[in-house]
Amino acid sequence: MAIESDVLVIGGGLAGVTSALAAAREGASVRLVTYKQSSLRQASGLVDLLGYVDDEAVVDPYDAMDKLHDEHPYRLLGRDTVRDGMALFDDAVAGYYGEHTDANALLPTHGGTVKPTARYPAGAAAGIATDDRSTLLVGFETLADFDAPLAATHLDAAGAPFATDGVTISFPGDLRADAKVTRYAKLLDQDSDVAVGGRIVGARTALADRVKAHLDGHERVGFPAVLGDDHTETVRATLEAELGAAVFEVPMGPPSLPGLRLEDRLFEALDEAGANFEAGNPVVGFEGEDHIDHVLVDRKGATVPYSADQYVLATGGLVSKGVESTRAGVTEPIFDCHVPHPADRYDWFEDGVFDDHAFARFGVDVGPDLRPRDPQGEVEFDNLRAAGATLGGYDFAAEKSGSGVSIATGYAAGTHAVEDLT
Amino acid sequence: MSDSADTPTDDTFEPTEPNTGEDFEPVQVFPDEGTMDLRPGADSCTKCSTCDTNCPVAEVDDSFPGPKFQGPEQWRLKQTDEGEEFGIDDSIMDCSNCMRCDDACPSGVPLSQMHNEARGEYVDEEMSKLSVEYWRNRILANYRTSAWFASKVPRLANAAMNFGPARWVMEKTMGITSEREFPAFATETFREWWAARGGAATSREHAREARERMGESRDADKRVAYFHGCYSNYNTPEVAKSLVATYEHFGYEIVVPEQRCSGTPMFANGMLDDARRGAEVNVSSFADLVEQGYDAIASCTSCSMALRQEYPELFDIDGIEDVAEHTFEAVEYLRIHEDLEGELAGSSVDFPDLAYHAPCHARNQGLERQAVELFRDLDGVAIEDVGESCSGISGTYGWKAEKYEKSMAIGEEMFEHMDAVEPETGLTECPTCSMQMEHGSGYEIRHPLEVIDAAIAEE
Repeated sequence: MAIESDVLVIGGGLAGVTSALAAAREGASVRLVTYKQSSLRQASGLVDLLGYVDDEAVVDPYDAMDKLHDEHPYRLLGRDTVRDGMALFDDAVAGYYGEHTDANALLPTHGGTVKPTARYPAGAAAGIATDDRSTLLVGFETLADFDAPLAATHLDAAGAPFATDGVTISFPGDLRADAKVTRYAKLLDQDSDVAVGGRIVGARTALADRVKAHLDGHERVGFPAVLGDDHTETVRATLEAELGAAVFEVPMGPPSLPGLRLEDRLFEALDEAGANFEAGNPVVGFEGEDHIDHVLVDRKGATVPYSADQYVLATGGLVSKGVESTRAGVTEPIFDCHVPHPADRYDWFEDGVFDDHAFARFGVDVGPDLRPRDPQGEVEFDNLRAAGATLGGYDFAAEKSGSGVSIATGYAAGTHAVEDLT
Repeated sequence: MSDSADTPTDDTFEPTEPNTGEDFEPVQVFPDEGTMDLRPGADSCTKCSTCDTNCPVAEVDDSFPGPKFQGPEQWRLKQTDEGEEFGIDDSIMDCSNCMRCDDACPSGVPLSQMHNEARGEYVDEEMSKLSVEYWRNRILANYRTSAWFASKVPRLANAAMNFGPARWVMEKTMGITSEREFPAFATETFREWWAARGGAATSREHAREARERMGESRDADKRVAYFHGCYSNYNTPEVAKSLVATYEHFGYEIVVPEQRCSGTPMFANGMLDDARRGAEVNVSSFADLVEQGYDAIASCTSCSMALRQEYPELFDIDGIEDVAEHTFEAVEYLRIHEDLEGELAGSSVDFPDLAYHAPCHARNQGLERQAVELFRDLDGVAIEDVGESCSGISGTYGWKAEKYEKSMAIGEEMFEHMDAVEPETGLTECPTCSMQMEHGSGYEIRHPLEVIDAAIAEE
C-alpha cells in the first residue's frame, strides 16, 4: 500500500513549507517530502517581497506590483493573496520585524550595500540603515567572508546616513582560519570557556572585551551573523549589556545561521500544525495521465508509492534542480511539466553578467490557479499546483522577490489544494 | 560554436547523480581499474559549505577541517603530481562517520563514501599496524567478536567489563575511556531464544494464525529476513523479540539468517577489509533470500544504513545491489506495507512518556520523524523530540579516551533538550545513541519497536 495523505508537498524550501503549513492549518492531513535539506540553509534570513522593478529600488512593494507584467506570480495572485501569505508567515514565525508597515526596510549587507527587504530577523533590526546612530562593524580575522573595514567604506560610499567604522579583530579562542560558522555560533551559544591572555573566560564576555577597545563611542555594533543558534537572543543581549551599545547581525552568504534559524522556526510551526515531513529521499516519478494517482519516492534504491488527493510541486528552480537544463532544452524533471524557453540555446542568456537573462525567468507556466500548463495552455494535471522558484515568469535575483513569491504562491497553492479536496 | 545535432540528448533524470548527465570527457586519473571513480562527486561540489554546517565535530572542534575538506577537496589535492606525494591528512580519523553531510549536500556529492575511502586508505597506508591506536580501534570495530566471547559467560563478563581497576588499565593501556559503563550482555542471546522457540517454522505458524485473524490468505507472501545486528542479539534481545512479535502480529513470517556485523564500526575506523569479510557473509545469505522473495529488515538504523548505502558504495559483491534495494528499517517497512498508523491510532498503551532522539543514520534514511509521527496519536504515551543535534557518541568514537570529551561536547545540546522536556525515559533506534542518552541523562532508553509491541499486546 502507499503512504497516504490529503496533500503531498514536494520540496522543503520556503514555498514548500509555506504551502504545507497553509494546508495543515486548514485541517488537511499533509506530508512534505524533500530530497535534500531545506534551501533555507542557503538563505540570508531576510524575507524580501519586492526590492526592485526595472532596476529602480521599490519603496512600497504592494504599490510597485502594478508595474510588473501580467504573468508575474504576484499579478496572477493579486495583492490580497500576497498579503494573506505574508500574514501566515508573520503568524507562524516569531522574532521577525517589518510587519508594521508596507514599506521596505533597508538593511546593510555583508558586502556593505543596502538592501530593500520586507521582513528581517530581530537580530538584524538594530542595523537598519535608515537609523542614524553611529555604527561599528566588527569582523573576525578567521572569517574571511566579512571584511568589516571594507563593508564600512562601502556603506559610506553608498551614502548611508550614519558614521560607520570597521575593525577586524581576532575571535577569542584563536580559532583556525577555516573554522565553520557553526563553530563560532556554538562557542557563543554554550558560552564555552576560551583562553584569553592566560585567563579562562566565557566566550561572550571575551568577545565583548575585545570589541570594547574599539568601541570609541559608537552607538551600535554589527557582527557577522554567527551570534549563536539556539540561544541567539541571549548571546545578543549579553553582548549589548557588556558593550553598552545596540548589537546587530549582518546577514551573510551561505551557509547562513539566520537561514538555519528561520528553517527551524518554520519546521516547528509545521510540526505544531500536525503536518508530517521527511528529508533525504527524492521523488523520482509518478503514475497518472491527467490526474496524479501517486508519486514514487526512491528510498535508497527501493521505490515506494506516496499517494495524495492533491499535490504541490515546490522543488525550486535551476539552482535547486527543480528545473533542469541540458543542451537539448529545459525541463521539469518529476512530472515533465512544460517549461517555456527559446528553442535556440543562445537566446537563453545575454552577454553581460547583470543583463536581463531569459534563463532567470525559466520555470513552469501557470495561470492564477497555479496549475502547470502545457504548450497549448491546457492544465497538465487537475490535482497538481506549483509554487516558488519552480514557477517561471519572474527574476527573483533582479527583483529581490524570491522569498515573497515563495510565501505567496506557497500559501495560495496550499490553500487551493485544501479547497479542492474530494 | 552552435547547437550541434550530434550532441546526444539527455532528458533522463538521475536524482542520485544529478550532475553527471552532461557529457564530459572522462580522464583516467586512477592507476588501476579496480578503484572507485570519485571524480563526478568531486566535480559536483560547488563549495557551498552546507556540509560543513551539518558536521557535529566541526561545531565543537575548529581543528577538524570538516567534510568538504575530507571529501572533495582532499580528493582533488591528491590527483596532482605534487599531491600524490602526500598521504591522507590524519584529521580523517576525527570524522565520526555520522554521515549527516550526505543528506546535506544539495549537489549529490557522495561525501561519506569519499570519507570512507579516504579513511580506509589512511589506515592501510599510514597507520602503524603495531600501534596501540590501530589495535584499540580494531578491537572496538570488531565488537561482535568481544560480544561473542562475553555472551558465553554473560554474568562474568558484565562484572569484569565494569570492574573499576580493569577499566583503569584499559584506559591507560588501550585508550578506551573509563568514563562510560559497558552495556550489559543478555544472559540469553536473541539467536539462542529464537532457536529454542522453534526458529522459522514456529514463526510461520504464528504468521499464518495472524493472517487468518486478519482475513488474509493463509499462504500470503509476507516473508522477511531479519538482520538483527550484534547489539540486539547480545545486548538487547528484548528489541529483537518485540520485532518478532510485531511482525508476526501483522502476518509476516520471519527468518533469521546467518550474519556478521553490518560493518558500521569498521567503516568508521577505516577497517574496510574486516568490513568486507562481514559483507561477503551478509550479502551471500541475504541475497539468496531476496531472490526467493524475502525483504530484509533491520532494527538498528546503522545496520540498515550500511546494507542500503555503504555496501553498494564500497564493495563489489555479487548480489549486493539486490540486497541494498530490498533492505528496510523495520518500522519503515511496516509503515509502507501495513496500516500501522491506523492500527496505533485506535490503540492505547501503558508506557512511560518518551524523549525521542533521531539517530544521524536514521536521518539519512529519511526516518527522523517516523517515531514522533507514529506515536503522537497513540493513547497512553507522550513523545517529545529532543532536537536535531547528533548524540555525539557515533558508535566507537565516544569510547576512545581521546575523543570522549569531544563526544560529550557534541551531545551537550541533546542532554540539554532531554533535561528540558517532561518525559524521563528515552527513545531511539540506535544502540550507541541509546548508550550516550543513558550516559548523559541516567534515563532508561527504549526502542520504537518495544512501544509498538506493547500497543499491539494491549489490544
